[in-house]
Amino acid sequence: MNAKPQHTDGRLRSYRGGDSLLGMLGIPITRRSLLQGSLLGATGFWLTDPLGARADAEPPAAKAKAVIHIWLWGGPSHIDTFDPKPDLGNDYCGPLRATTATSTAGVALGELLPLLAKQFDKYTIIRSSTHGQNGHETAAYMVQTGNQTGGKLVYPHVGAVVSKFTGYEAGYKGLIPPYIVLTQPQGRFSESGFLGPRYKPFATGGDPNAKRFLVEGVVAPGISDERQRGRRELLTRLNSLALASQGSEQMEAVAKAEQEAYDLILGDAGKVFDLAQEDDALRARYGRNTLGQSCLMARRLVEKGVRFVTINSGGWDTHKEHFEAMRTMLPQLDKGVSTLLEDLADRGLLESTIVWCSGEFGRTPQVQWEAPWNGGRNHFGAVFSTLVAGGGFRGGAVVGASDSRASEVVDRPVYPWDMIGSMYELLGIDPEGEIAHPQGMDVALLPKASDGVEVGGRLKEIM
Amino acid sequence: MKRRLGIAICLVLVPNLLAAERTLDPTFESEGSISPRGKIDRTVFARLRQERIAPARLCTDAVFLRRVYVDVIGTLPTAEEAQRFLTDANPNKRRDLIDALLARDEFAEYWALKWCDLLRVKAEFPVNLWPNAVQAYHRWLKTSLQANLRYDQFVRAILCSSGSNFRDPQVNFYRSAQTKQPEALARAVALTFMGTRAEKWPPEKLAEMSVFFSYLGYKKTAEWKEEIVYFDMQKYLAEGPQTAVLPDGTTVTLRPDQDPREVFADWLISPRNPYFAKCIVNRVWSWLLGRGIIHEPDDIRPDNPPVNPKLLELLEQELFAARYDLKALFRLILNSKVYQLSSIPQSDNPDAGRYFAYYPLRRLDAEVLVDALCQITGTTEEYSSAIPEPFTFIPPHQRSIALADGSITSTFLEMFGRPPRDTGLESERSTRPSAAQRLHLLNSSHIQRKIQESERLRELVRGSASPQETATRIYLTILARLPTQRELQVFERYSKSDIVQGQEALIDLVWALINSVEFLYRH
Repeated sequence: MNAKPQHTDGRLRSYRGGDSLLGMLGIPITRRSLLQGSLLGATGFWLTDPLGARADAEPPAAKAKAVIHIWLWGGPSHIDTFDPKPDLGNDYCGPLRATTATSTAGVALGELLPLLAKQFDKYTIIRSSTHGQNGHETAAYMVQTGNQTGGKLVYPHVGAVVSKFTGYEAGYKGLIPPYIVLTQPQGRFSESGFLGPRYKPFATGGDPNAKRFLVEGVVAPGISDERQRGRRELLTRLNSLALASQGSEQMEAVAKAEQEAYDLILGDAGKVFDLAQEDDALRARYGRNTLGQSCLMARRLVEKGVRFVTINSGGWDTHKEHFEAMRTMLPQLDKGVSTLLEDLADRGLLESTIVWCSGEFGRTPQVQWEAPWNGGRNHFGAVFSTLVAGGGFRGGAVVGASDSRASEVVDRPVYPWDMIGSMYELLGIDPEGEIAHPQGMDVALLPKASDGVEVGGRLKEIM
Repeated sequence: MKRRLGIAICLVLVPNLLAAERTLDPTFESEGSISPRGKIDRTVFARLRQERIAPARLCTDAVFLRRVYVDVIGTLPTAEEAQRFLTDANPNKRRDLIDALLARDEFAEYWALKWCDLLRVKAEFPVNLWPNAVQAYHRWLKTSLQANLRYDQFVRAILCSSGSNFRDPQVNFYRSAQTKQPEALARAVALTFMGTRAEKWPPEKLAEMSVFFSYLGYKKTAEWKEEIVYFDMQKYLAEGPQTAVLPDGTTVTLRPDQDPREVFADWLISPRNPYFAKCIVNRVWSWLLGRGIIHEPDDIRPDNPPVNPKLLELLEQELFAARYDLKALFRLILNSKVYQLSSIPQSDNPDAGRYFAYYPLRRLDAEVLVDALCQITGTTEEYSSAIPEPFTFIPPHQRSIALADGSITSTFLEMFGRPPRDTGLESERSTRPSAAQRLHLLNSSHIQRKIQESERLRELVRGSASPQETATRIYLTILARLPTQRELQVFERYSKSDIVQGQEALIDLVWALINSVEFLYRH
């Protein structure tokens, strides 16, 4: 109790010599001894990154400044999107048996993603994402915190960690909060975890595809700008105690908070949410639907310096009428994400912005044709696909592979901690570092092989 | 030489005092005399004279009414209560109101909330008390406060408790420290009941105190999540010491048939104890006056002296005289003129606040604020817990100040600084203003809905003969006072402008008052 955080400056403390016994005994860690140790701990998986503990304990230099996280809540099918197996026929592919070739020989996407196929030079597909969990909550928690469920700690979302290390405590000055969710929070777990409410994302509410994007607190439905101004003046005149207490330190703090709020409501700061400022043709390219306009919104936020934007896109839990849903949803995803990548690249923002798109798992590759599903797909955590781009991730590559039936990983597994550890590294956050728990202890950001988890290693091949 | 210096000081001071002589604002300040009414006033005003700080004026009846409701029961007065008090000609009406509020159920509800903060009452991580234990513990605290259990007995009941976390709820004290290690328990006792931070002690002192908490056992029962906390006599007989050292350095003899916690508790609650009474009177003072005589109130140590030692001593004596009756202490402080000063300072001296020269502005507690919004508009809030337990159902009419469990999540409460209940520190609760809070109150759909869909406000409009009467009743409902002529004129002009049509003007009046400092702050 009453222990204060040991370091509140938002910087990471790195392991020196890791938590290995040799390091603790002061015995120099050779590459070879480390490899052996890791292999023993890693249950036989080949480590892409044998130097799990770097000799240099300084945080890595940041290549990425921001992350756009396109979260496909419910779990999109991998076989219909980024990992097509057209030869498997109706039992596996249903009506979607064609593919679209990308610019890279031998790499094809599902037939409903033609625009993304054209932008393949800008992103990489991971076809070997895995964690083995088939429950939404557990899988969503693992994929987005990079940690396993169970222990006493409730880990924060990667966005909360990023906003802790790169947000207000690290000199972020924006009026727009550094961590934003378009448009609704997760609901099923608290993004802030043990970091507490300060690190919760700002959830905009509203719909960016609506005539007016009603951002919670920033734009009030049914209140014109004229009435906002009228109200503000009314408040100033009726704020009798504030008038009587003018000049006090507290009233200055109140006035400052109010000024900042009005900068968002009536001033320029809030204009970032006004999509009418964008060219209609570009808006159309993104797709005039919630997902497409959210992608555009995310670009505008990142342009303003926002560190982490989650686009929380639901509806991917397609147990029934799967193919009908895919015919509506995949073209929206295709337009939104491909235009986002192109637009970011055109503006020189892709180099410093990670785009990360996946759900909590994939879907059963074999179609459930029987009643009551009548052509649906179930949850599938053994293997699924992830798209990553920008911020130091190379494009035009495929990482890992699933087997011929898209049912298990056959090459280079990528676990949630591998994925998130890679992002941390690009963002200048030491993936092997610790984060201060508000109660004074330090907690490792991510699990390691020595914690008994299977590790595939960070995505060095595309970084 | 000496005399000249004296004159020079006077010359410097006089303009200073004159500058501070502001014109009286009859909405917030009264002309009543601030000549001392009792010992508290004499002690505080003497200290102010010493520092050459002019105290604020007395507050008006309306300000007092609202202040004492919010401070004592965490609840706004209703329009009817306000009207009754403001038109009451009884010269002792402030005293009578204090007595009436101390007897209300909300007193126990609101102060149970405060104690739950300090005792870290929370079902989930990191405290993990579990929902039924939380409910039982909260109920025990509330009942003790309702019955006005003597404070020394209240603390003894907690410290010497044994039994089931569901049936003997005070044992949850021993389940809510950071760990169940003796040192963590001793640190929790030191912080909560001695107002000191043991991590600033020499380590031996904490180790010595931990001995008293080293013979606790914990065991499970057949009931899910039940835990028995008990004195492990076998362990004590096997390895317990014959003597132990108390935090004041006294060595005491331990008897094998006595739980060492009892020895500790009897030492703690004795009137000679250097920490116990000081800690609680200083806390109560800081709860009512916004700042401890020793500040922070849970950081008592030799190098953090009280700003007014005589005042602290006086309050301790009063507590002994009242036989540890905390309500008597509340009553004494609330009836003082020091408590009833206006929040508008008369002195520019930056230390005026430290010496209690005025009542400090403080934003309403998160729970009190949302309850006030609900009361004004006749709306409710929805709360739920992530743990599917029968004890976690929270009915919609439930007041937020009556929420037992710190694990109940709520964006509003978190945004407005409700403490996470992780450490038990007073400073965990935050009343700092932020842009996010301002956005929420000025412009969120949550607040907008509460105002626009309020049946209570609609009735209020229907039941009034004129817009002027409506405005007056809105003022009584939200600010517990009548509007001034100037305010009525401002509103009239606004309602006749092109900006608003029909009922919009009244909606905007409600909106403006809810967003005023007068509503959002204790003043």
